[in-house]
Amino acid sequence: MGETIDILMSASLWAAVLRIATPLIFGVLGALLCERAGVLNLGIEGIMTMGAMVGWLTVFLGADLWTGLFMAAMSGLVMGLLHAMLTVPLGLSQHVSGLGITLFAASLSYYLYRLLVEVGDLPPTIEPFQALNIPGLSDLPFFGPVLFSQSAPTYLALLCVLIMAYVLTRTPLGLAIRMTGENPEAVDAQGLDPIAIRIGAVMAGSALMAMGGAFLTMAAFNSFFPEMVQGRGWICIALVVFASWRPGKALLGALLFAFFAAFQLRLQTVVEGMPYQLFLMAPYILSIVALILVARRAQVPAALMTPYRRGER
Amino acid sequence: MTSETGKHVLELDGITIRFGSLVANDDVTIALEEGEVMALLGENGAGKTTLMNILFGHYTADEGEVRVFGKALPPGRPRAAIEAGVGMVHQHFTLAHNLSVLDNVMLGSEPLARLASRRSEARGKLLALSEQFGLPVDPKARVGDLSVGERQRVEILKALYRDARILILDEPTAVLAKPEAEQLFKTLRGMAANGLSIIFISHKLGEVMAGSDRVTVLRGGKVVAERATSDTNPAELAALMVGRQVTRPKRDAQAAGAPVVSAFNISVGPSDERALDDVSFEVRSGEVLGIVGVSGNGQAALGALLSGLKRPSAGQLTLAGDGPEPIDMAALAPRDLVKAGIGRVPEDRHAEGAVGELPVWENAILEQVTTDQFSARGFVRARAGQSHASELIERFDIRGAGPGTRTRLLSGGNMQKLILARVLAAGPRFILANQPTRGLDEGAIAAVHEHLLAARRDGKAILLISEELEEALALSDRVQAIVKGRLSDPIPAEEATPETIGLMMAGHWEVAAQSTSGEPTHAA
Amino acid sequence: MRLERRSNTPLMLVLTAPLLAVLAALVLGSGLIALADVNPFTAYGHLVDGAFGSRLAITETLTRATPLILTGLAAAVAFRAKLWNIGGEGQFYVGALMTAWLGHSIVTFLPAPLAIAVLIAAGMFVGALLLAGPAYLRLRFGVDEVVTTLLLNFVVLLFIGLMIEGPLRDPLAFGWPQSVPVDRDLRLPDLVERSRLHVGLLIAIAAAGIVWLVLARTVFGIESKAAGLNPSAAAFAGVSLPKTLMMTAFLSGGLAGLAGTIEVLGVTGNVTTTLSPGFGYSGIVVAMLAALHPAGVVVAAIFVATIFVGADAMARATGVPSFIADVIMSVSLLCMLVALLFTSYRIRR
Repeated sequence: MGETIDILMSASLWAAVLRIATPLIFGVLGALLCERAGVLNLGIEGIMTMGAMVGWLTVFLGADLWTGLFMAAMSGLVMGLLHAMLTVPLGLSQHVSGLGITLFAASLSYYLYRLLVEVGDLPPTIEPFQALNIPGLSDLPFFGPVLFSQSAPTYLALLCVLIMAYVLTRTPLGLAIRMTGENPEAVDAQGLDPIAIRIGAVMAGSALMAMGGAFLTMAAFNSFFPEMVQGRGWICIALVVFASWRPGKALLGALLFAFFAAFQLRLQTVVEGMPYQLFLMAPYILSIVALILVARRAQVPAALMTPYRRGER
Repeated sequence: MTSETGKHVLELDGITIRFGSLVANDDVTIALEEGEVMALLGENGAGKTTLMNILFGHYTADEGEVRVFGKALPPGRPRAAIEAGVGMVHQHFTLAHNLSVLDNVMLGSEPLARLASRRSEARGKLLALSEQFGLPVDPKARVGDLSVGERQRVEILKALYRDARILILDEPTAVLAKPEAEQLFKTLRGMAANGLSIIFISHKLGEVMAGSDRVTVLRGGKVVAERATSDTNPAELAALMVGRQVTRPKRDAQAAGAPVVSAFNISVGPSDERALDDVSFEVRSGEVLGIVGVSGNGQAALGALLSGLKRPSAGQLTLAGDGPEPIDMAALAPRDLVKAGIGRVPEDRHAEGAVGELPVWENAILEQVTTDQFSARGFVRARAGQSHASELIERFDIRGAGPGTRTRLLSGGNMQKLILARVLAAGPRFILANQPTRGLDEGAIAAVHEHLLAARRDGKAILLISEELEEALALSDRVQAIVKGRLSDPIPAEEATPETIGLMMAGHWEVAAQSTSGEPTHAA
Repeated sequence: MRLERRSNTPLMLVLTAPLLAVLAALVLGSGLIALADVNPFTAYGHLVDGAFGSRLAITETLTRATPLILTGLAAAVAFRAKLWNIGGEGQFYVGALMTAWLGHSIVTFLPAPLAIAVLIAAGMFVGALLLAGPAYLRLRFGVDEVVTTLLLNFVVLLFIGLMIEGPLRDPLAFGWPQSVPVDRDLRLPDLVERSRLHVGLLIAIAAAGIVWLVLARTVFGIESKAAGLNPSAAAFAGVSLPKTLMMTAFLSGGLAGLAGTIEVLGVTGNVTTTLSPGFGYSGIVVAMLAALHPAGVVVAAIFVATIFVGADAMARATGVPSFIADVIMSVSLLCMLVALLFTSYRIRR
């Protein structure tokens, strides 16, 4: 018990929480943006994989880290465009299209990686994003290592939360996006184009998702290997419901989830005799439980998953 | 054709549009003057809504041009129409229920590139307009929490907020009670006096006569007549609207028999949100009991109750049985109701009446698929089903389909005939006819009425739920009004004048009762 | 330009749709192959050869197709009812594990045919249960089954690992963890000598026939069709939506569980954490290529198996990474979606 308290009080745990949360934050924000506009994007798992691979590969081929992150975002943008074209103007099943994109993006990533990279006994590595030790603040006890010694993408993720919250609630564009997810006919009747808005939102959301994947290869681990996303994308989809489609709550959900993930990792070293698989199962089971608790109250965007076809007779 | 009063603010010139083989609008030419209120009249399917959708940019016409204030309007873009000063109040409101009134009104009024919405400015403008035109709203309110009348105000304000000079209203009184409808037309008159030009679509002759300066009649996609309202009368308009002399069947006097379905103090829903509140009624064999009301006053719950889809939270619902003991209807599931002799014609044939993608025969037997007639040991008896469907098609003159045709290819009228056919062929004792002629043209309406009256002559007990006053009065022996989930006492149809019924539908039961029998009853 | 609903669906279009989808996928695939500095025609030649070029190749392809038929049926049955069962992978594994466990212990006391029947029933049962959970959560709490079935896949895989490293560990195996083996006598007989092709293929095809019969001819079939197409109209006509959904879940989960059972009984004899190279997910692709038709599932499964088996051979011969198979498959899925659209809609200027 004492050891548990020690873990809970340690700065390294909470620093890890922010680190582990970063890809989730990007992922939830991305999924949230798509769904707010009315499109479920089940391509997230594959898009995160692609972001991870593209970001890593760009750096491996000689570019700097920020270029890598940018290229990862671009790859997400392209996949998002594909998903959007299938589901918005063509109105195809968002479920099946999303799954197809996940399979496509993931398999394409593995193919290109295998083609372009020599893999020996161990996968090759790159120099990842280093922790930015903010001068002065990073020396503070506890808060120093936790809040002020994170890597740049983590700060970027937190910034994205603020930006998205502001855009959605305070700008005309945000209102248009929200309306598109509630009633696309209303958007059309006010002279805006719900199809263009949905496509744009899905593209932007997918770029965010890809950046979340890129964090895995460019800051967390520093190599790429198959199955590295490990269902984080699906967990983000669950977290969006948990967050009631709001950026602030999404941050909270991601942090909560990351806390459990970080905690159970350290708990493993302390608790004897329990198979490690049980600890690894916890995140997924937790997500399911969270969904059950929240589902009833969920105020789903009213037009989520309803394709908009103008004047269908 | 300019009159002495003003210029043409709007011109529709030779508008033609086709959907497949259907010519929805055929060379339509209409001109609207400044400050006038024009009614666009026609029966269902005449092309009125399509025409207005072209005007507003939801559709693009195949031929023809729209000119607003003399300038040609780029087709197919609502934004162009809005910028030219055209505003539309849709029949099915284009509002987001989860967002506020202000959000709904502001959408689209600011450039998307702007970094910060100017909300307080917008709120000010909205409140000013609200005051000027007498349309009170609360900008902070969530649209989903508003009443239908309030939502319509928001819809109108949306158009006014965008500085509309020409206002189109599509069936604006479909969801309003008489007093609210009268208020709306007063508001429209005020707007016209303020320089707005208004077109409203309607199929109700009464309000066309009362609310418009000019009437344009559409029939089968063509303009068949244009009149100054003061120069015409309901009879002429009705004839123009319908074209041929389709008279609706008449009801003969007939004595009613014993009660078949009886409801005592039924309530549906939790006590803070009753969809039906302490209602009682009785439907006897050989009679039609008409429940009239503006949509949204509990008809859906009543229909669901009698269809076996909802249970009452209080009260008793009984069906006369073979023996002396009445059967508790509330406990029966849909298929048990059908077996017990209850026939149900649902309110929405597309959402509830039939599964469009299934063939006609599967829809014809779906209600009864577990009976021995149509299944054996878990397997469907396809041949029995198909021959049953053929029989229905022949007996009830259902056009445009065979047993294997996909049901959604049927026209509205034929689909309704199919639904009625499967109900009647089962030999029911009681029929629930819920908005049986909604969205149908005159010919189909007459056919449905004929079948219902034939069933009545046959001794069946019929409960008719209808929003169309004319239909309810023509078919019913007795009438009850439904208002906010409560039912007025029944009155014989002969004593129900349009004024009385109008009052009853608006909830003024005391006044209505006094004007008929002179005896005060409880108010709504 | 807008999309207009067609009034009838020409059969020709429905049949050619998957062919066009596949063709498009192969064309895109050839672009990726060219990226690997390999002539696409040569590569595809190796693929076809690897899948059909010899007796062994054909048997391998059909062996690979067997579980795909069943997971394809599972997905088709579920998707028809708008039950988004993405958990085929997990249902496969629990069926497999159940088979290994029972097939090593209890049922060995029964005569072989009876034992195999029991194993099949048990495998189907646990698969059904695994999907029934998410289906119930949807009914009772409104929880979207896409996420729950997906997340359960991860849970199940971890559970399998836990079991085969623990209680069900094969004590005679060295190194790589695997489960206790199924009794020798309970293994399914081979269909073709000196190959891996086993009787399971016939079971899978029979299952397809039974599913077709159920969907087309039974009361459950017509009711679940109606419930998937228009739930409110089905409910009005007295169809019990919850009951139909749960029965669909049992059928779909059971088919996926059966896939796992058959794979263990017919091919491997035991369970490892790599027993399935994505059969569950591939089953979804199979179902979509078949336009959710039971008969089409058999054909589509063989096609998908062809791609996978052939791609392995192609990789060995030309060095093109075998991931190309997954790429071709996923692109076929996306192209099939588009092709299906045009069977229901036409473009109008």
